Amino acid sequence: MIVPVSYYLVLSGVLFGLGVVAFIFKRNVITIFMSIELMLNAVNLAFVAFARAHRQLDGLVFVFFVIVVAAAEAAVGLAIVIMMAQNRESLNVERVDQLKF
Amino acid sequence: MVAVIVFFACALLAVTGAILLILSREPIHSALSLILVMVSLAILYLLLGAEFISAIQIIVYAGAVMVLFVFVIMLLNAGVEERTDFSKFAKFVGLPLGFFLLFEVARWLYTSRAGSVITHGAGTVTQGFSTRTLSAELFQQYLFNFEATSILILIAILGALVLARKNP
Repeated sequence: MIVPVSYYLVLSGVLFGLGVVAFIFKRNVITIFMSIELMLNAVNLAFVAFARAHRQLDGLVFVFFVIVVAAAEAAVGLAIVIMMAQNRESLNVERVDQLKF
Repeated sequence: MVAVIVFFACALLAVTGAILLILSREPIHSALSLILVMVSLAILYLLLGAEFISAIQIIVYAGAVMVLFVFVIMLLNAGVEERTDFSKFAKFVGLPLGFFLLFEVARWLYTSRAGSVITHGAGTVTQGFSTRTLSAELFQQYLFNFEATSILILIAILGALVLARKNP
């Protein structure tokens, strides 16, 4: 028995939804970054499943690029987090409200 | 049959890890559950026949990126997260709409014609993508994009250095 590709897509959708929920509910800026990584992972799973279904390699190449972008984003984002922790003494996103009108 | 069991075990692990990420209040617990999600996704990639992607998922994601996260959490000594109340609007309008969106996406993915075509058409592949063909694709058709990512990485390194400098 083979696992249908739609199962992978459902799992990918569920993981993406949980990532969105974490992004909205969490208040710690590091955890918010982690939920972005979770969403990127969910999208990667959909890419690999579609690449498999259509027997095309392009999906895997896209996953490769997504991983590269995620690594770059994590480096810059965590540098910003460190700056924020030094300047604000807090990791709570509600404390960073100077640009909020 | 084995593939189905492995799929459901890994899917359960991934969803459990994602839920633990939301529920745990310590950032370090969230990071460890995210590593659980990434490792189970790597096993799913193996199941889909993408060995190279599975390997870089472990090396780059579960290795490099998550080590960076854990390092920053330890460096900043991030403790228990404070909870703040949501606005009434978010609680009574945003939350139901969010769950509705989640439900609709899952229902569409499960019942859409695209999904069924894929299921009946090509779900029976057994041989994987070899790393040889993937790298040929990457270094011929996508060569420019590959080189562009190296510029992106360079800019990211410079940005991180500028941000982390002591007295800018």
